[in-house]
Amino acid sequence: MASLLSRPSVFSLAANDEPKMPRDNESWVADLRAERESALSDLRDALLRNLRKALATWPHADESLLEDAVQDSLMRVLERIEQFEGRSRFLTWATSIAIHTAMAELRRRRWKDVSLEKVVSDGDFAPVQLTTSGQTMDGKLVQQALVATMQRLIEQDLTEKQRTALKAELKGMPQDEIARHLGSNRNAVYKLTHDARKKLKAGLEAAGFTAGDVTAPL
Amino acid sequence: MPLSESEIDSLLRLVSLTEDVEINCEQCLAAVAEFAEQKLAGKSIREALRAVEHHLSVCAECRAEYEALLRTLNNIGGQGEG
Ligand SMILES: [Zn+2]
Repeated sequence: MASLLSRPSVFSLAANDEPKMPRDNESWVADLRAERESALSDLRDALLRNLRKALATWPHADESLLEDAVQDSLMRVLERIEQFEGRSRFLTWATSIAIHTAMAELRRRRWKDVSLEKVVSDGDFAPVQLTTSGQTMDGKLVQQALVATMQRLIEQDLTEKQRTALKAELKGMPQDEIARHLGSNRNAVYKLTHDARKKLKAGLEAAGFTAGDVTAPL
Repeated sequence: MPLSESEIDSLLRLVSLTEDVEINCEQCLAAVAEFAEQKLAGKSIREALRAVEHHLSVCAECRAEYEALLRTLNNIGGQGEG
């Protein structure tokens, strides 16, 4: 597979916007397993077309980034082809992998020079006033108590790692970047923040707040 | 440092949606193509895909990828490929 992928002739064919011979899922899988150059070429063209559409509104998603993402995605699709269960169209599945790959690279470029410490300690985030108009005085007090309890639980109930990961995520830092700073991986970061959310939920319930208090708009 | 009020707002929303068992991003990616097609077709979601729907409600990154995928789906269908 790798030798085929590295052959420039496979990928130097001009993109063709005309519909090609439709391939069903079985044909895609069979042709790619057999390393048919036409299938690789068709998949490459289709993924590039779909990525252009998917990321049309994303700044910095230039043609060279998209082409690199397609190249990486072809490798990933081929590596995972045995995991394709046929529950969607093959091209939808392959496109989901390509979008994941391209967006990960966009996020990496955006955040690569940002330190975790700076993100977590950054106080320059413009605070939004609590919108309490229309609430009763009781409602306002409940909301204030809820926020105070949440702040306390974050400091007292979470581990340092959970607190750092959760704060960084709330500041918009991508999970892959948090993982890189913590010497971890995205799945582990998800578990870290999921465990943190579970602790906070349990803490709020133990403090007497109901689901209605938590979901009421601030 | 304490979180800003808007961050607390986001956190309260996330906490209210938190379930004991959730799938992670990798598991979401494995099934998001099927989920997107089912949603677009207006079909009822089979039980296993509920976890995908929930993950998309608490994970901003997977949600952005899902929304981008939806933008391509008409394209894929129109070509009659796959
Ligand atoms: Zn996710």
